[in-house]
Amino acid sequence: MTMGALMRSPTWRISLRLLRRDWRSGELYLLAAALILTVAAVTAVGFFTDRIESAMVRQGGELLAADLAVDGSSRPPDAYLNQAVSLGLESARTLEFPSVVMGAAGAQLVQVKVVDAAYPLRGRLRLRDGFTDPERTVEQGPPAGEVWVEARLLRLLEARIGDSVALGETRLRIGAILSYEPDRGGNLVNLAPRVLMNDADLPATGLVSEASRVRHRLLLAGEVDAVAALSAWLKPRLPVNLTLVDGRTARPEFESALDRASRFLHLATLVTLLVAGSAIALASRRLVERQIDAVAIMRCLGAPQHLLLRVFLLRLVLFGLVASLVGSLVGWVGQLGLVAALADWFGTDLPPPSLMPVAVGVLTGLIALLGFAVPPLLQLTRVPPLRALRRDLGTPRASAAAAVLGALLALALLVFWQAGDAVLAGQLLGGVALTLVTLVLAVLGLVKAASGLAGRTRGVWRLGLAALTRRPTFAVLQIAGFGLGILALLLLAVVRVDLLEAWQQGLPEGAPNQFLINIQPQEVEPLRAFLVEQGITQAELYPMIRGRLIRIGERPVNPSDYPNPRAESLVAREFNLSFSEAPVPAGRADNRLVAGQSWAAGETAPQFSLEQGLAETLGIALGDRLTFFVSGHEVSAPVTSLREVRWDSFNVNFFVVSPPALLGVEAATYITSFHLPADREAVIPALIARFPSVTLLDVEALLTQVRAVVDRGVLAVEYVFLFTLAAGVLVMFAGIQASLAERRTEHGILRTLGAGRNALLGSLAVEFTAAGLLAGFLASIFAEVTGWLLAEQLFGLQFSFNPLLWVTGVLGSGLLIGLAGTLATWPLLIRPPLQTLRRAA
Amino acid sequence: MTGIPVAVVVQAQGLGKHVNGPSGDLTILQGLDLQIQAGEAVAILGASGSGKSTLLGLLAGLDGATAGEVWLCGQRLDALTEDGRAALRAGRVGFVFQSFQLLPTLTARENVLLPLELTGTRDAEARADEALTRVGLAPRAGHYPRQLSGGEQQRVAIARAYAPRPVVLFADEPTGNLDQATGEQIIDLLLDLRAEAGAALVLVTHDPALAERCDRRLRMRDGALERIA
Repeated sequence: MTMGALMRSPTWRISLRLLRRDWRSGELYLLAAALILTVAAVTAVGFFTDRIESAMVRQGGELLAADLAVDGSSRPPDAYLNQAVSLGLESARTLEFPSVVMGAAGAQLVQVKVVDAAYPLRGRLRLRDGFTDPERTVEQGPPAGEVWVEARLLRLLEARIGDSVALGETRLRIGAILSYEPDRGGNLVNLAPRVLMNDADLPATGLVSEASRVRHRLLLAGEVDAVAALSAWLKPRLPVNLTLVDGRTARPEFESALDRASRFLHLATLVTLLVAGSAIALASRRLVERQIDAVAIMRCLGAPQHLLLRVFLLRLVLFGLVASLVGSLVGWVGQLGLVAALADWFGTDLPPPSLMPVAVGVLTGLIALLGFAVPPLLQLTRVPPLRALRRDLGTPRASAAAAVLGALLALALLVFWQAGDAVLAGQLLGGVALTLVTLVLAVLGLVKAASGLAGRTRGVWRLGLAALTRRPTFAVLQIAGFGLGILALLLLAVVRVDLLEAWQQGLPEGAPNQFLINIQPQEVEPLRAFLVEQGITQAELYPMIRGRLIRIGERPVNPSDYPNPRAESLVAREFNLSFSEAPVPAGRADNRLVAGQSWAAGETAPQFSLEQGLAETLGIALGDRLTFFVSGHEVSAPVTSLREVRWDSFNVNFFVVSPPALLGVEAATYITSFHLPADREAVIPALIARFPSVTLLDVEALLTQVRAVVDRGVLAVEYVFLFTLAAGVLVMFAGIQASLAERRTEHGILRTLGAGRNALLGSLAVEFTAAGLLAGFLASIFAEVTGWLLAEQLFGLQFSFNPLLWVTGVLGSGLLIGLAGTLATWPLLIRPPLQTLRRAA
Repeated sequence: MTGIPVAVVVQAQGLGKHVNGPSGDLTILQGLDLQIQAGEAVAILGASGSGKSTLLGLLAGLDGATAGEVWLCGQRLDALTEDGRAALRAGRVGFVFQSFQLLPTLTARENVLLPLELTGTRDAEARADEALTRVGLAPRAGHYPRQLSGGEQQRVAIARAYAPRPVVLFADEPTGNLDQATGEQIIDLLLDLRAEAGAALVLVTHDPALAERCDRRLRMRDGALERIA
């Protein structure tokens, strides 16, 4: 049927007329509210991820000195640069290679970085003019003829600022001490001291030829859209030896925090989707029930089934479209509020939103509506016309299987789509299915218990409890609805706070912002003493041994065997191994055993404990024997445990740990991290002066970025949870509304038979309070389990049992639902019984 | 095609209806025969539970018989599907129910429009207005059922039944929910409109006085019909 023919057909006219009438009569308000809320939550988060996540990634660009970089062992082709220029992007090129400088005191191995005039594109370099001078920031690298070097190189060379050093075939003047470079990421440890030079001086050194082992980097920055366009253009073109790095992936710490923010946000949306979905299901059921008589009459008047089906579907789709568009608009307005709340952070840098989230929102609305409402609607087409004559004829029973299947299909589709993470979606769906089954069984059990109680009570207690237990299916539906609503509120009020606090506490004010590496064994004690002298007492020193992974089991490890670039680069370089009396040091919340067995202090059996992510990337399982090449010989042991490490804790952590008996005999250097308050900066020059061979890494900038992501992420998640709160209230309202029609008749009859208003009011209060208590009890259990699962399994955070949740959950729910339910049904009692009965008829 | 004279609009032969009740098999109708001519008004009387409404449902094709045959407007009903029976009713059969059965979300005018729109009648709106004027409710066309009295609601239902100009009208206790005076007005209206439209009327009632005003009166007893002199 063409659109024109459709719009002239009776289907169209009747659909529009009925839809308009349904709307005016208020039948659709509840469904509309549920739908608008669902769509608004999804679009607001859509807009958020569309705009703010990209801005967060951009903030991360400071850790890369660019928005995007092409990194690898060969020079990125000029075609990339041309494409970037055509998109209006800025660019810079850097080169890094190991070399040797000659000073007055001899030769030193260094890591040279050659930069052009445009470097850095994001972030700033920081310099000192003497060991004890204050830092100053600069926008560009060194001028031609000059190098900037790390402080320890001056010590090692016994040189001073203004001296010149030989680099290859040329001599360059030391212009300043380089104290910070934004993109000094990658493999932090065992770096030779940095020498930063201008690219104009490179040819004169004669150090770089075609065959040199040089790391090339093409840095790019500009408008978000242009960066995204270039990234999309580059991805299919990159050869194996070049990789694309962006603000998100520049540092594992930052990536980990962003991932968690994104997970929290998606989770909040999914919870809203689930709760609002329940409201949609309850409201659709009520809508369908109220259509049964109309359908019977229309069947009498000669309407064929297919016409009714078309009319109802068309109404539903039209309604869904309008409600979803309104929801998208609400979502759009909602994200404006969110953006305003975060404006100080993003400044004017935020890219405008695209229309994509509107399409996503409308589609979400239609899927949710059709999934939840179509099965009960199909039931309508089976209403016998005879019902118009005989109202005692029951309505055709909806196929429970069809209803559940429809709802589950819609839910699965939406959850998988929205989560963008099959594991998260699977866990959530499994959790929902389990929750529903347990909820239904628990409600049935509790209703049975309440029924026993009703038999032993009198007066309003008996009436109220009997009202709850008379219709078990209905009670299950209603209490499940209340339970879901309360669960949403509890998750919002208590668990969310606990979870987000745990997240924030993972990165407390005193999180380490300075790393010291390359500490020699004989320096351990003097350094510890020095730090204590400076008031830094928490700095733990960890041994570190370099080793290359050469075999997994009997299989030799070859970087080119790994198609995954991350795996390839992992095995291509040396690992930092450590030894410890236990794989997870005591009191460390950022590090926990997830598989296998720990070892006891004094353990002599050779074994390794691996970081879980590393094991997954390299395909290593518990029990696999790993062989490392350490200081000229092989060290081999089986993997006996896997650890999950929260890299964004900023503590020292290792991929591979063994008992002291295995690696304790190898030559080690030490590493430590500590927090240095901003006003104690003077410690640094003193430290460099005292321990010149130690490398200091200032991660304050990175820490600030990660903390910003956490803080803003928390704010954004709280904002999205407001939608969850609204959905929770709505689903409870739907639960109360669902019972109004039946109550109308019942109360009319009871009042006609002489029941007093107070008695009925009392019975209502008893019924709703009992339902509220039951729902609150169940919701508290689920909230506690959900919180625990989310914290421990999904976010790797510590979760603690919260007794307040039970008080709030059970008592609050009894009070809230008791009050809301009684108030909502109160109008039935103040109307004259005849009026109530007439409306019911 | 049918073997039934065209002048006959409703015919039942050997009609039976059995149901499985909680206390075993229950026979509601058995071996019932009936013929209703075009334009004829037939009253079916009987005590509550005698099977009057069941008979009405079977004659109108709202329910299926367990024995015998029903012919409506020349078509054998058991040969038709549920949708076929609905299509047969559309525009040809009108209903007036005891509990009015107006759609609560539609105004009086929209209720009357509904059957006309279902059949795709061209001048639907003019005919709906005409029908409402005829039952004296034009001034209340924009009111919703809950804003109308019982008598007014039934007049809207009568306008809805007559607007498509049906061949036969089934009325199930149309005055059952109304007081006597209003009930009489409703019957006057029903019969007048029937006469104007030339439609047959099948009126189910337990009120002998109402039945008196029909051309023919039948009584339900033990699942069969007997003529009242």
